[in-house]
Amino acid sequence: MTGTTPLWEVFVRPRRGLSHVHVGSLHAPDAATALHNARDVYTRRQEGVSIWVVPAAEITASSPDEKDAFFDPAADKVYRHPTFYHVPEGVKHL
Amino acid sequence: MTGFEEVLALGDDALIAAQRLAQWSARAHEMEEDVALSNIALDQLGAARLLLTYAGELEGAGRDEDALAYLREDREFRNLLLAELPNGDFAVTIAKLLFLSAYQRDRYRQLAGGSDEQLAGIGGKAVKESTYHLEHAALWTLRLGDGTDESHARMQSAVDEIWPYTYEPFEDNDLRPGWLATVEPVLAEATLTRPADGGWAPGGGRAGRHTEHLSYLLAELQVLHRAHAGASW
Repeated sequence: MTGTTPLWEVFVRPRRGLSHVHVGSLHAPDAATALHNARDVYTRRQEGVSIWVVPAAEITASSPDEKDAFFDPAADKVYRHPTFYHVPEGVKHL
Repeated sequence: MTGFEEVLALGDDALIAAQRLAQWSARAHEMEEDVALSNIALDQLGAARLLLTYAGELEGAGRDEDALAYLREDREFRNLLLAELPNGDFAVTIAKLLFLSAYQRDRYRQLAGGSDEQLAGIGGKAVKESTYHLEHAALWTLRLGDGTDESHARMQSAVDEIWPYTYEPFEDNDLRPGWLATVEPVLAEATLTRPADGGWAPGGGRAGRHTEHLSYLLAELQVLHRAHAGASW
């Protein structure tokens, strides 16, 4: 059966206020079953408060072949980081 | 029933259901379902431990959960026949889970609203677990019943086979109408025929009269404790 049921990517939100994080994938025949399976496989030790399942086939991913074109140009643009400001004293949570 | 016997009966339901369901570990049709069934078995075991421990306190004879689980003979067990029946194929397992968890959910809900504080605590915790077990079983009943011709035929035959055992849980209470209101819509949506009333309705589990399947299950459950009394990990 595993060979015929689609693959789902699972995202779990560990706590309120945090965003959903990819935790892995699983096989299931439909979305409801995928959600049930995700609950059992990925949150049985209190890892989460919310689950998303997404059909793996629906994800468009960047290609490893395009890695240079995609990510290398960002490497030497230090001015894109907000490091040229002096943070005034007393500013918290920055 | 006295408090002790009532709590013992519910604890035995959970313990025997746990042991039976655990036989699916490493044998389900896919890894995800394997984990799901094992999880449900562990939930049942958790409820069984709480209930048997409390039953021992009510009895006041110094028996703890281990004494009750490992050192009683089959005739001293008070579980429903529904809990001890063999797993059969996956459809039979799902039919058993559907019928048992719908009953357990309503019983635990009753406990949760009862006057006994300790039982209310156990019931309140277990009712959430049973609700999930029921949901899981309903999901599969739907999938199998409203699936292929083969899965429909096997799910229907499982429902027909297990249905006679669904009268015993309600011999000592009036929960059956509520139970039917839960189960019938699931069967209908799964395009399954709800078996007619008035047929064979075996019972006796609550009085210690069991099928032969329970003895084999207990032999496996108890062998280690009986061979090495007091052994621990």
